[in-house]
Amino acid sequence: MNQDRRSFLGQTGKLLILTASAAVAWEHILAGRPEDAPNYTATDHWWGMAIDIEKCIGCGTCVRACKAENDVPHEDYMFRTWVERYVVDPADLDHPQVDSRNGGYDGFHEREVLDTRLKMFFVPKLCNHCAHSPCVQVCPVGATFESPDGVVLVDKTYCLGCRYCVQACPYGCRFIDPRTETVDKCSLCYHRITKGLTTACCETCPTGARTLADLKDPKDPIHAFLRDHKVQVLKPQMATGSKMYYNGLDGSVR
Amino acid sequence: MKPSGADYTHLIRMAGLFVVGVTAFVLLRWLMVPADFGVYGHYRAGALKDNMARPVMFAGQASCVECHTDVAEVRAAGRHAHVGCEACHGPLAAHAGNPDGAKPVRPDPRKTCIICHTASISKPKTFPQVVPADHAPEGSCVDCHKVHNPKLS
Repeated sequence: MNQDRRSFLGQTGKLLILTASAAVAWEHILAGRPEDAPNYTATDHWWGMAIDIEKCIGCGTCVRACKAENDVPHEDYMFRTWVERYVVDPADLDHPQVDSRNGGYDGFHEREVLDTRLKMFFVPKLCNHCAHSPCVQVCPVGATFESPDGVVLVDKTYCLGCRYCVQACPYGCRFIDPRTETVDKCSLCYHRITKGLTTACCETCPTGARTLADLKDPKDPIHAFLRDHKVQVLKPQMATGSKMYYNGLDGSVR
Repeated sequence: MKPSGADYTHLIRMAGLFVVGVTAFVLLRWLMVPADFGVYGHYRAGALKDNMARPVMFAGQASCVECHTDVAEVRAAGRHAHVGCEACHGPLAAHAGNPDGAKPVRPDPRKTCIICHTASISKPKTFPQVVPADHAPEGSCVDCHKVHNPKLS
């Protein structure tokens, strides 16, 4: 066949455009609907949490509840949620002292040096269930993912335990479960919220410092919370799309 | 000039090899990738169900109040109105499922109360706090306070 450069480029171009559009269309044909799950319509929900630092008393009830609910190993540095105490010199926001002995599991004991000039407060932490999660982006096998209802979950049967996501999480929310050598993290109590219950931490928080929020539910109190308070997410400069909305978050919190 | 056989047989061999390679790839991929992978996104759709399958340990407010209406009324009148039952009583889904079989243990007030109410400079100023050693060196908190409505009785 005789072919000049012009017709070769033209035909190749057409072929590329057609195959690309066919591939995109095929993905949509193959894509299922999350509504196929019975009783729970994932696309009707968009989960997040409201955390009020001004209400947190550092009792650690959430940490104990989380470990009981989710069978988290009773080891230091293995938490799905934990509480940090910040001690900040008001004039030096860049160098806060943070302590979180056993993740706040046993509560916090009084510090021996009481300097009334210092600012102190508690910050409950957990997976931020980012809409654009760095951990999801780095997983090489699709073992961690953003669910259709906005929860970052782990597929334990698919996880290789490569620890890439542990390093990628800017919030330090992931750990390797030594029993399975797979990654573990807060699932926002997915087994509870899909049954109409709240998370174990929100269920037990005695002061209402943390409240599960469904951002797609127009009747959810989260909308009033977001409107009435000056809220902030952790590390907004990283554009993770975090859905943990903190009220009263100090500039020193990392 | 018509090309002789020797000029293109190597192309046929290469094409054959290519077809075998592609077939092997498609076959292996079909064998190794779960059928539900990619249904909702780049993950196994069944993982959602796996995450839903975990057993529930905390029964939740609504279950407790179904039976313990008397306690719920007392609590609703006091400052513990918004404290969940299982914040102090611990995870009790087993008890909610089988009220007679799985009896909960009564929490020790001396331990349970001070977890929240021990004075600390780190706590919000408006939260009621005491130094247990000064406030009540001995005895149980429930000698003076009723736990579900903690005003002095």
